[in-house]
Amino acid sequence: MLWPLFFLMTAIHAELCQPDAENAFKVRLSIRTALGDKAYVWDTNEEYLFRAMVAFSMRKVPNRGATEISHVLLCNVTQRVSFWFVVTDPSKNHTLPAVEVQSAIRMNRNRINNAFSLNDHTLEFLKIPSTFAPPMEPSVPIWIIIFGVIFCIVIVAVTLLILSGIRQHRRNTKGPSGVDDTEDKCENTITVENGIPCDPLDTKGGHINEVFLTEEERLTPL
Amino acid sequence: DGRPGATHITLPPFGKGWGGAPCLPVPRSPAEGLRAWAMEKARPQWGNPLQFVFACISYAVGLGNVWRFPYLCQMYGGGSFLVPYIIMLILEGMPLLYLELAVGQRMRQGSIGAWRTISPYLSGVGVASVVASFFLSMYYNVINAWSFWYLFHSFQDPLPWSVCPLNDNLTGYDEECEKASSTQYFWYRKTLNISPSIQESGGVQWEPALCLILAWLVVYLCILRGTESTGKVVYFTALLPYCVLIIYLVRGLTLHGATNGLVYMFTPKVEQLANPKTWISAATQIFFSLGLGFGSLIAFASYNEPSNDCQKHAIVVSLINSSTSIFSSIVTFSIYGFKATFNYENCLSKVILLLTNSFDLEDGFLTASNLEPMKDYLASTYPSKYSEVFPHIRNCSLESELNTAVQGTGLAFIVYTEAIKNMEVSQLWSVLYFFMLLTLGIGSMLGNTAAILTPLTDSKVISRHLSREAISGLVCLISCGISMVFTMEAGNYWFDIFNDYAATLSLLLIVLVEIIAVCYVYGLRRFGSDLQAMTGHTLNWYWKAMWAGVSPLLIVSLFIFYLSDYILMGTLQYQAWDATQGKLVTKDYPSYALAVIWLLVASSTMCIPLVALGIFITHCLKKRGTAAVA
Repeated sequence: MLWPLFFLMTAIHAELCQPDAENAFKVRLSIRTALGDKAYVWDTNEEYLFRAMVAFSMRKVPNRGATEISHVLLCNVTQRVSFWFVVTDPSKNHTLPAVEVQSAIRMNRNRINNAFSLNDHTLEFLKIPSTFAPPMEPSVPIWIIIFGVIFCIVIVAVTLLILSGIRQHRRNTKGPSGVDDTEDKCENTITVENGIPCDPLDTKGGHINEVFLTEEERLTPL
Repeated sequence: DGRPGATHITLPPFGKGWGGAPCLPVPRSPAEGLRAWAMEKARPQWGNPLQFVFACISYAVGLGNVWRFPYLCQMYGGGSFLVPYIIMLILEGMPLLYLELAVGQRMRQGSIGAWRTISPYLSGVGVASVVASFFLSMYYNVINAWSFWYLFHSFQDPLPWSVCPLNDNLTGYDEECEKASSTQYFWYRKTLNISPSIQESGGVQWEPALCLILAWLVVYLCILRGTESTGKVVYFTALLPYCVLIIYLVRGLTLHGATNGLVYMFTPKVEQLANPKTWISAATQIFFSLGLGFGSLIAFASYNEPSNDCQKHAIVVSLINSSTSIFSSIVTFSIYGFKATFNYENCLSKVILLLTNSFDLEDGFLTASNLEPMKDYLASTYPSKYSEVFPHIRNCSLESELNTAVQGTGLAFIVYTEAIKNMEVSQLWSVLYFFMLLTLGIGSMLGNTAAILTPLTDSKVISRHLSREAISGLVCLISCGISMVFTMEAGNYWFDIFNDYAATLSLLLIVLVEIIAVCYVYGLRRFGSDLQAMTGHTLNWYWKAMWAGVSPLLIVSLFIFYLSDYILMGTLQYQAWDATQGKLVTKDYPSYALAVIWLLVASSTMCIPLVALGIFITHCLKKRGTAAVA
């Protein structure tokens, strides 16, 4: 006598949970992509855990009656692994509105992901968009800090070079007045050799102007 | 100074005549010789010849070697492009480089003074070089600013160009970023904040403006003390890029998929040799890669000792420049191969995911190897569903990924960054890469600014009133101020204008006039004997043949080709970034942009005839004046 009731219940369940049914959501898992060799097999125990997590999420919604695992129905489990689920109310006659289920899942998305060692990409709830974590913006962007450091270093280096240049220039002008701009005064003592004026040795650092060394070899030795 | 037979005399002031032959290289007149001798005494010099070689290398080896040569290699036949490249190097690159170095070393003045010494009517060539260098340094330093920007942003995890930013309600990614890619978004939106067309100029963006100011400060720091400071900096700017390139070569060759890129590049497509564009591109690349005609090489060589062996240095620098191009294209192509393979595999996984989701197949069932047979199987078993999915299935092809030939800033800042973000420890590779770009760019900037500053500091009028530091500072300040244009929202479009037109046609003309001046106005024989007196080497017949015949012919043909290209093209167009579509679209230049282009080309080319005319007129007036007095 109970058999017809049982069939009736399953029929009702089947009607409640169907692909594209009202308030039903499709879930897709990519376990092998996420875990590779450590992938677990999707079996009825995993389905039980999933139903438990959904029930847990619904229970966390305030002012909602206690949702039991039996209120969460799964159907159309494929090899992919993908399936549809609905959450029914305690009377098991109609399903809870999609909006409520959606907000409950979104609140607890992290917990659900962690339960299966997956993430938002590998455990997808189609039609429930995941909220991205807002990027962590430091108060001062990092690039400005580095820019400021390099900028200050360059300014200090430029200032030092300019100051040392000014100091050198002042030392030169304060020095013996005879060592003045030869181009302006156009007078200078030079060495004449064989009637040919030659550049004397540069006294700055004993630097020898090699042009005249080679020139000397070509001139007739004295 | 103790030499027997030496007597001391007092040199009479300028203009009073000077008897006796000098020990120095032959000047044009005694007065000229006095001036040259006096300037020689005060002229700064390189600390040692190695600094000169490094300066030339760091000037010649620039961004063009990294981002233009690999593109040309790819477009014009891969391995077979090396044939026209090396031929042009021998026919055009080495002779012209030697010519400029020899002129600078012989005349011992910047570009204006050097050409004025050859003939007063030719000082226009020097002025044109300075104008072209000025334009170049204005827009070139913007690239350094961008390198700084990327360098500073490389110290973040994750790299800012590797992820798209989120949109306003945090449910997805920014729309423009989705349509384009994250690297393109970072370049066009975050770095340039580019406007949809050149007409909408927008305001100056403060972030790139700050980086530009920093770039100019760094350049000023390096040129502040003339050859004293430049000579030390060039050790760094010449050697560091090679260190980084070697590190990248090792990393690049070990990347997954690098061999795909290398095979693709080096497979010669011999039929491209019949394409005239191949030879023209090879000639153009050699020409512009060595930086001829700007006056920088003349400026660098003018600080040499007269006995310096510039022939050997010319050969060394041109060979190093070309080998660096080839070397960096090996690195670039291994990176290309990695990026293409990565994108290809990404594309495949997307297709696999799409098929797996649509047909609810087991996760991991479809792989890259069984994709094709499975597609056929699915098409036959579920034809209706397959036809629904079919439009969304992209055809993934490694060839098409490798075929995306990019050059210029697109290669450096989009393609390379895309490859870098997929490497491990991407921050380190990013920092290394942009540091390399910076040293390449700063090295070239040293040459550009030397080309402008050397004639200015040589000029007695200016150097009497202002010190070298002040002149350098003024030049940097003016260039920095004008180049703020390139930091506006439409700045990149103006940058492309300058890049394509400011220093292309005019340079060909300048170098042509240079060769004709040296060979036919000054006299090839006379120049040869001058070089022999200076360095001790006789001028080889090879140099004579190239200078007198082959190189001018090549340049004339390049010039004709460029002119005809411009004329035949009709309206000039540019690539504009369309944010709504997330890709580049072609647009026409407005009339005022065309006017700027003509102004750019004219302002440097017209210097040559105008200055010659001006000197002719002043000469005539002076003659008439002296005739009236006498």
